[in-house]
Amino acid sequence: MRKVYLDNNATTKMSKEALEAMMPYMTDVYGNASSVHAFGREVRLAVDAARAKVADFLGAASKEEVIFTSGGTESDNMALRGVAHALRGRGNHIITSNVEHHAVLNVCKYLEKEGCQVTYLEADRNGIVKLDELKSAIKKETVLISIMWANNETGVINPIREIGLIVKEKGIYFHTDAVQAAGKLPFELKNMNIDLASFSAHKIYGPKGVGALYIRKGTKLTPLVLGGHHEMGKRAGTENVAGIAGFGRAAELAKIELAAESAKLAELRDYLYTGITSRIEHTRLNGDLKELLPNTLNVGFRYLEGESIVLNLDMEGIAVSTGSACTSGTLEPSHVLRAMGVDPVDAQGSIRFSLGRDTSKEDIDYVLDVLPPIVKRLREMSPLYEGGK
Amino acid sequence: MDDQYSEQVMEHFRNPRNVGEIPDASGVGNVGNSVCGDIMRLYIKVDENEVIIDAKFKTFGCGAAISTSSMVTELVKGKTVQEALKISNHAVAEALGGLPKIKMHCSMLAEEALKSAIDDYLSKKKKA
Repeated sequence: MRKVYLDNNATTKMSKEALEAMMPYMTDVYGNASSVHAFGREVRLAVDAARAKVADFLGAASKEEVIFTSGGTESDNMALRGVAHALRGRGNHIITSNVEHHAVLNVCKYLEKEGCQVTYLEADRNGIVKLDELKSAIKKETVLISIMWANNETGVINPIREIGLIVKEKGIYFHTDAVQAAGKLPFELKNMNIDLASFSAHKIYGPKGVGALYIRKGTKLTPLVLGGHHEMGKRAGTENVAGIAGFGRAAELAKIELAAESAKLAELRDYLYTGITSRIEHTRLNGDLKELLPNTLNVGFRYLEGESIVLNLDMEGIAVSTGSACTSGTLEPSHVLRAMGVDPVDAQGSIRFSLGRDTSKEDIDYVLDVLPPIVKRLREMSPLYEGGK
Repeated sequence: MDDQYSEQVMEHFRNPRNVGEIPDASGVGNVGNSVCGDIMRLYIKVDENEVIIDAKFKTFGCGAAISTSSMVTELVKGKTVQEALKISNHAVAEALGGLPKIKMHCSMLAEEALKSAIDDYLSKKKKA
């Protein structure tokens, strides 16, 4: 059976190049990067080289602005809790949005319990944060604004450059969860007025268990993990050297391939969307095609429930998801789609297709062959469908 | 039971039994709401001996909702109305080799749909 993986926003297949970059540090080159001796120095060089590659990929002003973490979730935790704690004396107000990843939302809820005030901006119908509401939410106690660059469920892109300009005038820290934007959108962090940005290696064809937090020089931050002086005193713990080396290589490749890959993915994504809408009635695009990541498509199939579509596609070898992999353990419709004002029934029947480096036109053709009969069969089973006839 | 579907659940999901409607049904049960994610409509045909001779369903819902719908239609066929009233959600889940904890409410849907269809049958019978 053909296997088609369209869940690249959940995770990607690690490249052979990234694996090769990791291998020496699994066995032969095993020193502790903090050790003075030759074993340690060799590993220190590897970590620094990877840091330089990631910094270059992100367009950071220097490699010292890149702190390695265990992944996007830790980076989000470190940024929000780190700033909230470091600036406690100056203010306790944080602004975020209601379409953020749970790695931001649940940290905000935790900080509320600690005494912070959090404003959750409501996204518009296309899932985009409204700049005028952002402006009017700012008050003198505001210390941090955290708005995701691109949404994991819908691929919707926020106006991060514009938010940076607003924040710059006010002297408030700006954090963005850039996990989904990396490798899909071109940017140079040094030109963006961003103070903190979260990244994950496994979303850009690198290994799982490693990520980074970009911390602009001079940004005050209390460490989340305390211990030794690793990562310039910002994140204690012996480095995940193999993971970091793999991340470095993945970042290097992502930079080289970004332009061509984005163009290819956008073309395939549009081909998928046109194919779906020409073959299947009663669908809805969640998001605006003009403001979407090149690889992501979130489509609602009216009268249907998402999991039954996912399971049916899975039986045909196709991997997609309902919203984010992190929320599939819950029964509520996606908080992102609900925040966009999507009707609960339509939100239930929404599917995320996230394309990746290996996706081919043949893969999309296969999906377009398989999907319409599944939707037809499930709709015939749905008590809601009569209205659609 | 962990959070994965059993083989029986997947088998019923792949090949659901008794999908459809019974135009001259003796009773119809409608339960659930789309906000929580599941809606089930169950049709039963009852003969003069109070035996359920046919059952069909239509369901909007996840894999567990569809599988339990399919299973409950299988379980009631050939049973008397009184016997069918004793079918619990646990019996439906058990017949499917268990359900993930988070999906147990789907088996409630099947039990409630069955009770609702039987109620409908009994109230129609009273009126007749």
